[in-house]
Amino acid sequence: MWAFRMICLLAAAAALFAQHGYNSADIENGGRLYIANCTVCHGPEGDQIPGIDLGHGKFRHGTSDEDLEQIILKGIPGTGMPSHDFTEQQAESIVAYLRSMATAGRGTLPGGNVARGKAIFEGKGECLKCHAVKGNGSRLGPDLSEIGLVRRTSQLEESLIDPNAEILPENRTVHLVTKSGEQITGRLLNVDTLSVLLLDDKEQLRYFPKSDLSSYSLVKDSPMPSYKGKLNNQELADVVSYMSSLKGVGN
Amino acid sequence: MRLRSYLTCAAGLVFAAGTLAAQVTFDRILNAVREPQNWLTYSGTVLSQRHSPLTQITPENVKDLQLAWVFQARSLEKFEATSLVVDGVLYTVQAPNDVVALDAASGRTYWVYSYSPSPKARPCCGRINRGVAVLGDRLFMGTIDARLLALDAKTGKLVWNVEVAKPESGYALTHAPLVVKDKVIVGTAGGEYGIRGFIAAYDVKTGKEVWRFHTIPEPGEPGHETWAGDSWMHGGGSVWVTGSYDSDLNLTYWGIGNPGPDWNGDARKGDNLYTDSVVALDADTGKLKWHFQFSPHDEFDYDSVQVPVLVDMEWQGRPRKVMLWANRNGYFYVLDRANGQFMLGKPFVKVTWATGLDERGRPMKAPTAASSPDGVLIYPGNQGGTNWYNSSYSPITGLFYIPSWVEYNTTYYKMPAEYHEGRTFGGAAMRQNVMRRGATGTRVEDADGYGAVRAIDPKSGAMKWEFKMSDVTDSGILTTASNLLFTGGREGYFFGLDARNGTPLWKATVGGNVAAGPMTYAVNGRQFVAVPAGSALFSFTLKQ
Repeated sequence: MWAFRMICLLAAAAALFAQHGYNSADIENGGRLYIANCTVCHGPEGDQIPGIDLGHGKFRHGTSDEDLEQIILKGIPGTGMPSHDFTEQQAESIVAYLRSMATAGRGTLPGGNVARGKAIFEGKGECLKCHAVKGNGSRLGPDLSEIGLVRRTSQLEESLIDPNAEILPENRTVHLVTKSGEQITGRLLNVDTLSVLLLDDKEQLRYFPKSDLSSYSLVKDSPMPSYKGKLNNQELADVVSYMSSLKGVGN
Repeated sequence: MRLRSYLTCAAGLVFAAGTLAAQVTFDRILNAVREPQNWLTYSGTVLSQRHSPLTQITPENVKDLQLAWVFQARSLEKFEATSLVVDGVLYTVQAPNDVVALDAASGRTYWVYSYSPSPKARPCCGRINRGVAVLGDRLFMGTIDARLLALDAKTGKLVWNVEVAKPESGYALTHAPLVVKDKVIVGTAGGEYGIRGFIAAYDVKTGKEVWRFHTIPEPGEPGHETWAGDSWMHGGGSVWVTGSYDSDLNLTYWGIGNPGPDWNGDARKGDNLYTDSVVALDADTGKLKWHFQFSPHDEFDYDSVQVPVLVDMEWQGRPRKVMLWANRNGYFYVLDRANGQFMLGKPFVKVTWATGLDERGRPMKAPTAASSPDGVLIYPGNQGGTNWYNSSYSPITGLFYIPSWVEYNTTYYKMPAEYHEGRTFGGAAMRQNVMRRGATGTRVEDADGYGAVRAIDPKSGAMKWEFKMSDVTDSGILTTASNLLFTGGREGYFFGLDARNGTPLWKATVGGNVAAGPMTYAVNGRQFVAVPAGSALFSFTLKQ
């Protein structure tokens, strides 16, 4: 099968779940599909619609894996749940992800306060030095305007405490040295056999033929500092609450 | 050396042959090397070397190549077709199944034949097509709803349209047919749907089936014992690249795809003949003359869907009729094409599923390479060390060129598989160490698998040089008698390399995935090189 759909590499829970014995590859793939297709209505935690908690087995229609696959594929007539043009395998992987959600938990932090979190985010945390929210801030790091739609609180918490735990491919940093000695660090946008394209630390889009470079390397660690010890648990919880509230310009 | 002077002579005749308006007889197809201004079969000739005697474009002047024209397909599917050129007319396929006739020098369209496949069509891996075949004044195309069509090459009018298999059961036709004498030969895709594959020959005049060879033997046939229980009934054995033909032996050679379910062999104990094999069939009767199985009882999707490359070469002091084969399983093979005898086999990329080949070419499976629900990491990964991407052999350099996926692995997680008609029959989930992409679609990891052209000395299996790319590649390879090699990749470049050492000499930014083999032709004394990229076909020629 020459064009089997490619599955990402991010490390995930290796445990097996639920009726089908899903594996980590299913869960990773399902998680991507879930984030891309489901969070607008269901939220990253799966509990955005009252009475439904996808990650904790709380459904209005059907409970078995097969039921859920059919609902994902065909939708529920008369409700807001549309049909989807997924393959059966994709629908299965989304179910695998839903079944895995409970084990990730909701993080270890206490409840937070959105307003306090915003103040820390924009003040003491200096988050806008690298990130932007609704046009305010920097383009160097990932834009966080919709982060509450695509990342779970447990993931946000992890990113604050251990930014190296998971760096998405679109957020890789690259370091270049040109043959004339210029050193450039920036956000990698594209790389191929002959060239490298990036957004440099002055927010300039730059193109470099590899033949002009004396070195080119991916920066293994995230440029983001860990906030462990810099913010206390309550402050971290507040920042997580604030980020969870960021659900796009329309909200 | 005799071969070289013959080719030089043939190249000299090119332009004398000029504008033959005659029909494409099978004699012309057999001797296509004598009219290199044309590209009469999917792989250039029935020997499938993807090597052209044309020499106008050289390592010295390739830097002067420029765009002659672009044909924009009305299709967002991958453009996998290799075009044919017959006396100044280029025939290609706009995916899934529209045949297009263009003026090969200007790129302007003569006609388009539009075909609407049945909604029952469900090709596994894209609604694509790899090209047409020609004989007389007819073109032949297989369709994704498993039909075979004949068209009038002058008008694009349908001549006949016959059913090959049932699309609702997962059968599809994606490769370019092979014409042998008065028959057009095709095989069926569908290895992910539990089909029972076959190769069949049809009368070029009527479309009537003349013979059929099942790639999985039924009860009573030799080889049936290699399938446990009823597993043969849905055992796959698809065919989705074009075969080759040796007129002296009157044998046609075809690579056979994976067994089904792909990744879980529990229910199909045995070698599972003739999956992952090459079969040599009598071209008149379809009777099996010999077979060679590359990957017995495969659980890693190592389809042997490579075009058999037929070469006459000196081997240990005497002339031999050989077949060169870079297999998806990571090994490069040389076989005697008269009898299937194994002559040489060596890995051309990292291989961990086998520890080596025995003296008959049978792999010795690594004990650590058993498929498991807990996952097993295997090199080469699911796409293989190579895949259907067209290899090339140059009789000038004596090298065999392989589109390769290097240092590439997959972790397979075995799962249950149950057959339901027309549904995926796979038996695993998997993850792979390439293709992790940034927002732009280009691979961003450097630490693992990559694409390359690898040049192999077929006499030893040793690699002579490598051209590394950042991303992996689905592009075929073309070589010319002037020591040029053309190829592309997923990054959207089209490269001209020196076939002797891999030095990059020229490139064009074509802005899309090159997922087909380049080809070359000439019109009125001007040589062109054409390659699809994205959803367009580009043709290049020297600046005048």
